[in-house]
Amino acid sequence: MAKRVSASNVTAYYGGFKAIENINLTVEPKTVTALIGPSGCGKSTFLRSINRMHEVLPGARVEGSLTIDDQDIYHRDVDVTAVRRTIGMVFQRPNPFPTMSIFENVVAGLKLNGVRRKSILDEAAEKALRSANLWDEVKDRLGKPGAGLSGGQQQRLCIARTIAVEPQVVLMDEPCSALDPISTLAIEDLMFQLKDKFTIIIVTHNMQQAARVSDRTAFFSIEKTGDPGRLIEYDNTQKIFSNPSVKKTEDYITGRFG
Amino acid sequence: MTTTVTSHRTRPPAQPSSLRARRLPGYAAPAIAVAALALSAVIVYGTDIGGPVLVVVLGAILYLAGLFAAANAVEGRRSARNRTWSALIHSAFVLAVLPLVSVVWTLVSKGAERFDANFFQTSMNNIGARDPNGGAYHAIVGTLEQVGFATLITVPLGVLCAIYIVEYGRGKFAFAIRFFVDVMTGIPSIVSGLFVLAFWVLVVSPWFNDGRPSFSGFAAALALSVLMLPTIVRSTEEMLRLVPAPLREGAYALGIPKWKTILRVVVPTALPGIVTGVMLAIARAAGETAPVLLVAGGGAAINTNPFENNQSSLSLFVYQQAGDASKYAPARAWTAALTLVALVLILTIAAKLLARRNRLSR
Ligand SMILES: Nc1ncnc2c1ncn2[C@@H]1O[C@H](COP(=O)(O)OP(=O)(O)OP(=O)(O)O)[C@@H](O)[C@H]1O
Ligand SMILES: [Mg+2]
Repeated sequence: MAKRVSASNVTAYYGGFKAIENINLTVEPKTVTALIGPSGCGKSTFLRSINRMHEVLPGARVEGSLTIDDQDIYHRDVDVTAVRRTIGMVFQRPNPFPTMSIFENVVAGLKLNGVRRKSILDEAAEKALRSANLWDEVKDRLGKPGAGLSGGQQQRLCIARTIAVEPQVVLMDEPCSALDPISTLAIEDLMFQLKDKFTIIIVTHNMQQAARVSDRTAFFSIEKTGDPGRLIEYDNTQKIFSNPSVKKTEDYITGRFG
Repeated sequence: MTTTVTSHRTRPPAQPSSLRARRLPGYAAPAIAVAALALSAVIVYGTDIGGPVLVVVLGAILYLAGLFAAANAVEGRRSARNRTWSALIHSAFVLAVLPLVSVVWTLVSKGAERFDANFFQTSMNNIGARDPNGGAYHAIVGTLEQVGFATLITVPLGVLCAIYIVEYGRGKFAFAIRFFVDVMTGIPSIVSGLFVLAFWVLVVSPWFNDGRPSFSGFAAALALSVLMLPTIVRSTEEMLRLVPAPLREGAYALGIPKWKTILRVVVPTALPGIVTGVMLAIARAAGETAPVLLVAGGGAAINTNPFENNQSSLSLFVYQQAGDASKYAPARAWTAALTLVALVLILTIAAKLLARRNRLSR
């Protein structure tokens, strides 16, 4: 079910400010791709333009073309909710719905898209929570509020919520930045498992994490403040971390820059 | 010169040699309070310059001064200032609560006299000036119907309007709506009454009433709606804006359409605040007298039909009874006022209980 995502000449604006320029990159199905680069270079912006979350902000727009298995995501006739159902997203800070219980949070995507049958919802919830390594911790309190979990548990709840709708691509924007090493490990394990079914694109500031989890790595950077972010190098993770072909990439991953 | 000034400025505060400091004993503050009151009583009554109110005021001032002096002597300046400011803040709280307590006390003590079954079962129909009976049943019916209809009209309209402004409105049209809502907030209630009188009672109501204009409870509900709408729109708007954007984005990321996100995620999150705003609007509308007098006309008899003929309301009843010549009227006015306050209180509590994030905590 996983799909190929490809960007060509993607440029994104916030009002008059050009945040990223001419990004070209293709993400293969069933791989993990890491986006790395200094703060403010447009990793989140690029990620958010993949599932059309960028345009939610007033004045924000995207130029160029983004396709998923050769279908143009930004085509005029495309239903944006269908895009987002196909391309799920996990945010940097956990954002469970405060008025919903743990169970309702997990099945929110299904329920609010019209799935009513209790047995289907029960099954989907258990499956998603098990995949997110959360089932054992919450199975006895599914009716309790989702906001009552710890930060790491909330983040895994948000991951469960995302995979419950069975998207084909999962975008993760620094999903572990607020987590302890154990939860981080759990989420990295999870990514290995999810790779069988989904295409995963993850933004991370953690070089070790990028090296551990990803098959391919894309390095973004900016010349100076106010310039748009550009894709500097995109290659196999091993190559990027052992023998990058651009000097700037090497400087960044060895800690001499950024 | 300059060097001394800068060194004076940049020097860090002296480190305390010990973390423990001398403290006033626990009984000191109450003791100072008693002493201050006693001294103040002696001064006031000794020189015969005033009554108990002056004793309390002077006592409070003496207490503050005494507390500051004692704390300054034992605990040092910082702590003395801290104590004085806390005492001032507590006094401000007492000053703010005093009028409230006084109002409630007056209402309960004066309203208790006619707070009986007869009051809630009868109207003022055929009640003469010498008749100690008479009640507010017709006024209670009127208030409930008028405020009820006004709520039915304004809550959906106001909440939808706020949703439009916050979630969809961009550009001139939304700006214009916001502007007019702001203008509406300032409309005096008598003007909204006049508006409904001119528009509904004189122009529209004859169509339903064989060509004759007619007062009605519904007209009062319309006038109250004009007053409630801006309050509801503005408070709902504020509450919707408080819902964090990541929550909306979290829902969008699941492929949930925008309208459903608003309905099932945004509004439920803001619900307790929205309900508070609605209850404020209802409380204000229930207390309005002028528009009801203008377009429902008042009346002594029970009229349960809100669409035809005169209707009264509790606040109008209070107004009329308070100005009535009968010696039994003031008691009825007090009881009606008490009933009105109790009614609003009960509604508020009920609404808060309902809006509590149902079975989820908090
Ligand atoms: N809502 C916004 N409005 C205007 N400019 C924005 C907005 N969000 C981001 N930007 C700008 O766009 C540029 C790219 O931001 P982006 O969030 O994509 O960076 P990032 O690579 O994700 O950084 P970080 O690693 O710190 O998360 C930055 O210069 C930022 O200031
Ligand atoms: Mg970012």
